[in-house]
Amino acid sequence: MKSTLKKLGYNRVHKQMNDVFLKYTAKVVFLVIITFSINLFFSGHYTPGGGFVGGLLAAGAIILLLLAYDLKTLNRMIRIDNKRMITAGLAACLIVPILLMFFGNPFFTHQHMYLQLPVFGEVPLHTAVLFDVGVYIIVAATTLLIITLLASEQFMSDSEGADRE
Amino acid sequence: MTLIHFAILLPVIAAAGIGILYRYYKKIHLGWFVLPIPTVITIYLFTLMPAVSNNQVVHETLDFMPRVGMNFDVYIDGLSLLFAILISGIGALVVLYSIGYLSQKEKLGNFYVYLLIFMTAMLGVVLNDNVLMLYLFWELTSISSFLLIAYWFNRERSIYGAQKSLLITMFGGFLMLGGFIALGQITDTYSIRGMMAQIPAVQESALAPLAIILILIGAFTKSAQFPFYIWLPDAMEAPTPVSAYLHSATMVKAGLYLVARFTPLFAFAELWVWSIIAAGLVTLVWAAFNAIKQDDLKAVLAFSTVSQLGLIMSLLGIGALAVQTGAAEQVFTIATVAAVFHLINHATFKGALFMIIGIVDHETGTRSLKKLGGLVTIMPISFTMTLIASLSMAGIPPFNGFLSKEMFLEAMFAIGQADFSVLADAAVLFPLLAIIGSIFTFIYSIMLIRGIFLGKKMPATPKTPKEAPALMLIAPAFLTLLVVVFGLFPNVLSGSIIDPAAMSILNISEPLNTEIHHWHGWDSPALWATVAIIAIGTLMYIFRDAWRPVYRLGSDAFTLNHLYDQGLIYSRLGAEKITDGYMSGYIRSYLIYIFGAFVIFSLITLINTDISFDWGTTAPIALPDLLIVLIILAAVAAILITRSRMVSIIMFSTIGFALSLLFVFFRSVDLALTQLAVEAITTALFLLAFFHLPKRSGNAEPRGFKLNNLMISAAVGIIATVIGLAAYSNRLFDSISQFYIDNVYDLAAGGNMVNVILVDFRSLDTLFETLVFAIAGLGVFVLLKLRVNKEGENKFEEHP
Repeated sequence: MKSTLKKLGYNRVHKQMNDVFLKYTAKVVFLVIITFSINLFFSGHYTPGGGFVGGLLAAGAIILLLLAYDLKTLNRMIRIDNKRMITAGLAACLIVPILLMFFGNPFFTHQHMYLQLPVFGEVPLHTAVLFDVGVYIIVAATTLLIITLLASEQFMSDSEGADRE
Repeated sequence: MTLIHFAILLPVIAAAGIGILYRYYKKIHLGWFVLPIPTVITIYLFTLMPAVSNNQVVHETLDFMPRVGMNFDVYIDGLSLLFAILISGIGALVVLYSIGYLSQKEKLGNFYVYLLIFMTAMLGVVLNDNVLMLYLFWELTSISSFLLIAYWFNRERSIYGAQKSLLITMFGGFLMLGGFIALGQITDTYSIRGMMAQIPAVQESALAPLAIILILIGAFTKSAQFPFYIWLPDAMEAPTPVSAYLHSATMVKAGLYLVARFTPLFAFAELWVWSIIAAGLVTLVWAAFNAIKQDDLKAVLAFSTVSQLGLIMSLLGIGALAVQTGAAEQVFTIATVAAVFHLINHATFKGALFMIIGIVDHETGTRSLKKLGGLVTIMPISFTMTLIASLSMAGIPPFNGFLSKEMFLEAMFAIGQADFSVLADAAVLFPLLAIIGSIFTFIYSIMLIRGIFLGKKMPATPKTPKEAPALMLIAPAFLTLLVVVFGLFPNVLSGSIIDPAAMSILNISEPLNTEIHHWHGWDSPALWATVAIIAIGTLMYIFRDAWRPVYRLGSDAFTLNHLYDQGLIYSRLGAEKITDGYMSGYIRSYLIYIFGAFVIFSLITLINTDISFDWGTTAPIALPDLLIVLIILAAVAAILITRSRMVSIIMFSTIGFALSLLFVFFRSVDLALTQLAVEAITTALFLLAFFHLPKRSGNAEPRGFKLNNLMISAAVGIIATVIGLAAYSNRLFDSISQFYIDNVYDLAAGGNMVNVILVDFRSLDTLFETLVFAIAGLGVFVLLKLRVNKEGENKFEEHP
């Protein structure tokens, strides 16, 4: 924790704290959290979870990487433009209800059906999931947009940030 | 979803494709890809024409929000079809013209995407039966017009014009929505057909005058009637194809459409009839008078458009008299026919004129009348077209403008036959105003022909003039051809489209069988009026130097534009003053406002309602609950005492985590899960934001005791507790949760009620919440970026 905090602005020194344990664990935990977030997202229709929590968790996982490494490394690891993702998410949220209208339903009247698959058994399909994808993306991207921006400023104005505590 | 819905939405769907296409493919002018869209729609609309001419209507409903009464309810009768054909037909011509007008270097993607959005919006306005949907599309036309006026957004005048048009038309549109809602209150429906069925109810209602005034303001702002016309001349900063399309042929006629559409409903009211006639005539005269003063060719046409819109508006007003008195009054029915006829004619000759002036601008580099002259030998084709279109505008036979102008004059003379109770002596005023307006129209029409093409050849144009390429000439040539054809054979139109449109305005079903004649006989007053207009107009044009100084009378301080500018400046100053008055820049004072307001309003509510507490329904306090509350209290105390920011942040997180634990004990797993995720992220956010705080922490030294803060915080705590308990004890109505419990599986096929509510039952809320979320995120982004840039250092680097 301490090394992380140092990198978040406590140290004026540019020396990179090479916390091997944190970095390694972060990678593993990142996968766990992302998987969990996707699981939460899909199970949200029947058990606790959903797009909002899922998106927050995904953002959380990436923030963990940001804390363990730094913004430059993170940008190399995950090349996603958050602003574009927000656009994509909003588009998904808006297109789903509009598409529903093309099939003769009123705005936002979701449709569902069940599929019989060999291994999984009965699998429900629901258009609400597509809408939830938009929520997921927007929540994750917006959170990351703000946090990475704060981190990037911190990264740039490191020299003035001396003697913070 | 039927074909007609698809036709309306086609441009906006295509806009997405066009935008993407332009990004990756720029070899061929984008306009060629856009051109088929309006063309296809026009052809489709023409296929509907035989049925509509035979008095049939097309009515297709697509459920959009049935519970609110907001459905995509397409209703096509003669009036709608006429407008729709104008929109798509002129749209196709304008796109064709724009291919020559806009060079490949311009941002064509923006231009055509906005133009296509506008097309859908405008078709939506005229083909909708539902007023709420109509309003939606109405505002979309304002927005696309705004974007198109500001197309060259690095010019200051463009921005000014765009802002002005947006402010004025949106102001009107918003009031119009109020009018629609008032109508909805009276008739309990948002369908125009439904409202028409309840005319007696509207007649009796006390809300009707309010609805009339509000809807008329909407129509007048959009159609640039006096005194709202000031936005239209400034809108001429847009590229010329846009001016020809939006600000002359289609969008500004939306107000006329609205008036025509609501005429059967409101014609009973004197208020409706006379305000339309008065506004129309005043606009006609005032704008025609002002057109002569202009030097910029587009400004002349802008004022001319305003004036012609006034003419059509006044005709619609007289037509409303026909509905009021019963359609038997032949003379007033003529007015409606004249209105429809002139609407078509205006679209043809004004569209052609705008395009030619665009050509002149394009080929000579200037639009100033002072710098132009003698182009007839260089641009003979443009000259011929200008001659025909201008003479039509001036009302000279045999062109179509003459025919409708004569019908207009006849209607104005006929107004004396109306049963005036109020204005018996004023009856002579109407033909007089009409004649004066027409004289000015004649003068500026002649001015256009003579100023550009005749007279001395001016050497000082920025570019060496030459005739325009054929590509640019096709569209205006086609319109000019229509001017001649409609002028010679007006009855081509009368049976097929004018009559059905007039019948929908008058709300009658027996055919009108209009026949338009060139010759009305020697005893027709309109004939002598036309002769007088031409004679006086010619004389006044010859001696124009003698009376032109009239324009220098009156000071700038009394113009409407001055009023608008001052209003804008002072409203900004006033807002700034008010804001500066309470925005101290310290979060603590804002918190005091917020919590203070919360305390005051809650107290007022609590005192005015009698509340009781029912302790029987509250859950028993278990040991874990107590422990968690104690943890929270300890954390709060630590925040107050500590001097380290680090400790404060950790204590804050402690509160959050403890709270989510509390949720778990109360078995709301969803809340707990969300709270946990939010807490983890806020902690990270805090740590990062931490860095930007000033060096000295407020906690570093002890502060004095503040009674105010103590009182507010104590009051907030107490009131929140009281409200919580009271809300739990007094159940005023049944909880809605039973509905969700009953229907969560049947209607939404879901198991998790919370999430099903979010994405299904109340997904519209979620849609807007995501929007708010995204806007907030982008807001933070912009604010932070702005701050960095302001410091002049640390230019924000874009990270991929």
